[in-house]
Amino acid sequence: MVGIISYGAYIPRYRIKVEEIARVWGANGTEISRGLGVFEKALPDMDEDTITISVEAARAAMARRVINPADIGAVYVGSESHPYAVKPTAVTVGEAIGATPVMTAADYEFACKAGTAAIQTSMGLVKSGMVTYSVAVGADVAQGEPGDALEYTAAAGGAAMIIGNDDPIAEINHTCSFTTDTPDFWRRENKPYPRHGGRFTGEPAYFKHVIGASKMMLEKMGTKPSDYTYAVFHQPNGKFPVQAASMLGFTMEQIKPGLAVTYLGNTYSGASMVGLSAVLDIAKPGDRIFMTSYGSGSGSDSFDITVTDVINSDLFNRDAAPSVSALLADKKIVDYAVYAKHKGKVVMME
Amino acid sequence: MSVARFWRKQQNRYNLIGTRCTTCGKYFYPPRGFCPDCRREGKIVDHQFKGTGKVVTYSIIRSSSGNFKLLTPYVLAIIELDEGTRLTSHLVCDIDQVYIGMPVRRVFRKLGEDGSSGAIFYGTKFVPA
Amino acid sequence: MREVAVIGVGCTKFGEKWETSFRNLFVEAGALALEDANLSGEQIDEIFVGNMSAGRFVEQEHIGALIADYAGLATDNIPATRVEAACASGGLSFRQAYTAVASGMSDIVVAAGVEKMTDVGTEVTTDVLAAAADREWEGIAGITFPGLYAMIATEYMHRYGLTREQLAQVAVKNHDNGAKNPNAQFRKPITLDTVISSTLVADPLRLFDCSPVTDGAAAVILAPLERAREFTDTPIKVLGAGQASSTIALHDRKDICTLDATVAAGNRAFQMARVERKDIGFVEVHDCFTIAEICAIEDLGFCKKGEAGKLTEEGQTAIGGKIPINPSGGLKACGHPVGATGVKQVYETVKQLRGDAKGRQIDTEIGMTHNVGGTGATVVCHIFGRV
Repeated sequence: MVGIISYGAYIPRYRIKVEEIARVWGANGTEISRGLGVFEKALPDMDEDTITISVEAARAAMARRVINPADIGAVYVGSESHPYAVKPTAVTVGEAIGATPVMTAADYEFACKAGTAAIQTSMGLVKSGMVTYSVAVGADVAQGEPGDALEYTAAAGGAAMIIGNDDPIAEINHTCSFTTDTPDFWRRENKPYPRHGGRFTGEPAYFKHVIGASKMMLEKMGTKPSDYTYAVFHQPNGKFPVQAASMLGFTMEQIKPGLAVTYLGNTYSGASMVGLSAVLDIAKPGDRIFMTSYGSGSGSDSFDITVTDVINSDLFNRDAAPSVSALLADKKIVDYAVYAKHKGKVVMME
Repeated sequence: MSVARFWRKQQNRYNLIGTRCTTCGKYFYPPRGFCPDCRREGKIVDHQFKGTGKVVTYSIIRSSSGNFKLLTPYVLAIIELDEGTRLTSHLVCDIDQVYIGMPVRRVFRKLGEDGSSGAIFYGTKFVPA
Repeated sequence: MREVAVIGVGCTKFGEKWETSFRNLFVEAGALALEDANLSGEQIDEIFVGNMSAGRFVEQEHIGALIADYAGLATDNIPATRVEAACASGGLSFRQAYTAVASGMSDIVVAAGVEKMTDVGTEVTTDVLAAAADREWEGIAGITFPGLYAMIATEYMHRYGLTREQLAQVAVKNHDNGAKNPNAQFRKPITLDTVISSTLVADPLRLFDCSPVTDGAAAVILAPLERAREFTDTPIKVLGAGQASSTIALHDRKDICTLDATVAAGNRAFQMARVERKDIGFVEVHDCFTIAEICAIEDLGFCKKGEAGKLTEEGQTAIGGKIPINPSGGLKACGHPVGATGVKQVYETVKQLRGDAKGRQIDTEIGMTHNVGGTGATVVCHIFGRV
């Protein structure tokens, strides 16, 4: 059955505290941190971007399992911060894992759910027999305008899933999507930062789609929340996924392992997939995982996943790449000035 | 660096692909197309390096130019790969972290870019292992 | 091969010469050399000019012809050749001139070196100089020249226990010498503290461990020894010449702390000259950085590896010491117009051997020059003696 053959995550080393961002804008950091449920966020090094993060995540996935790169028939990278407007991120990832030239590749953009869209595409190619393996990456060096609410959470990181048929570590039982035209968040061509509809991003956008897709999934599979070991929801902050979980009837125990946002921030296209990676880091055979992503604009992709025996077998070496918690623990806190330099917010002459 | 000039060695820079002389067994990264010991008797083949090694020597660059200006101060190091060949690299770590003999491993990073509208060059750098 | 002598020398003052153009630097040095040799331009058979990067410093290539033209020699259509080996361009220019005369191909030959570095900003200068290393595999990794020599210093200090003070003493001694050289860029003595408290450029090297950015030119005139007395009462004979190459990249050296091309070029020069280390009265070595002088003293064979720091600390490399190094002030105090440096070393050596080095005179019959390109990928040595 189609499923996850391997996975890998990558989080840059640098962090800034939400309190530090608040200090610069004269806001109350303690209140903001508490309100968002986010205390720190990751930012890229000066020589990191969505391409380097995607490559590191994909290489982590490759490190955990012996996979002939020539068997990888497709690479899809979802992001809203591709370094090039024109020239795919996916080809660099393909080349850096040795999968070129006999493969197809493309970049995806669907706000924060472009990564899970890449998983769905990969599933289609694998299920149809068009490819043996397909790599789906969700990664971002997320943009947020200085002083805007997004700046407190917009973070850097990503995860890669290798999708295939043979001996998956986790079978994907089903996926379904809930999609409408909802203008809650966007970034226009040639603009450096996105804009958003403020509180409009909540109820008619995030919740409507996350709940819509999740309910569809539960209905289709004939399951109830208590049938799942873990649940991962898109995590733009620490509050929305907790609220969505409780509306659906999932418990805090089910979602906590996959709630990476608290000390990572919102890695946009990487967010749900880093959460899923954190769950796979600790999952046991037989564990059932519920995941629903969300991308503004808007849509949600829901997944029903069952972990197999392969995760503990000789075919798979979880320790060959760092876990999400290890990546989060290896950190260096910087101040706003250094953060501004790293994020290219300091205007330099050419 | 022009796109053609970079692209020519892209596989080598991305994936740490160097060469090896099958006559004498010596490894080369940066790659060499001609063995300096065996010369005409040498037979050169591609070799994928594991990507782990150690610091031979280093400096902390505090005055730089071009693509490295924003990275300054940064650690510059000569690294000996486990296979025995040596290369020069930006070592991505805190400037007070580096020491002679420090184990390192490869990472994928931006090596530079041709201005904000030009091509971006990626390749291998090293971090503490 | 014919025996060859230097019959005339000229050198501009070194420094930031805002009012002097590239071509006028050369003309000034050439005129001084002609005057010194009591020659007129018609007698010149050939010119060699060492220059590292006029193409990037002043966007001018085709330097040989330009120099011949502005020296007023184009009317005689004499051959003029540019020689390039990064910072060893000057030394190599002298070697080409020497072989031209020694072979009998030409009689009266000018060996010049010129560099105009201050027409571009510091960042461009840093980048141009970095081109003396391996652009594809060192340049892209973010090397700077101070950085490369700093990596030599890191390993050297680690291995031999060279102290910060010993390294600084190189600069202090060279500034002392430079203070006595009217052509030097820096003519102010400094203290150990000046060096040790100066800004870090590339750890462990600080600003005062580094040679400066300099404009300047030097020219010397060579002739067959048998004709030398037609022009001068004090011809200085070329006793030995040695040139050697090594790997372009520092990381490919067998030993990071040894410039093996210095060892080879030095040995070749000594063999040809048939003199011993103890016969050498002084050496003008390539001290682009303080650590470079330490390595040069050892690699040329004046002491064992690891001992040059102590030798320097004891004052044995100062004028009056056992083996005076860089009486001109070296690259550190005299300045380092890259293409000109190798020829300036010959200029200083001739001045010393003639007894014309007022205030910094060393009483000796034999002197030596040592000119390095890159981190030691090219080295050129010459040994000179009184006739």
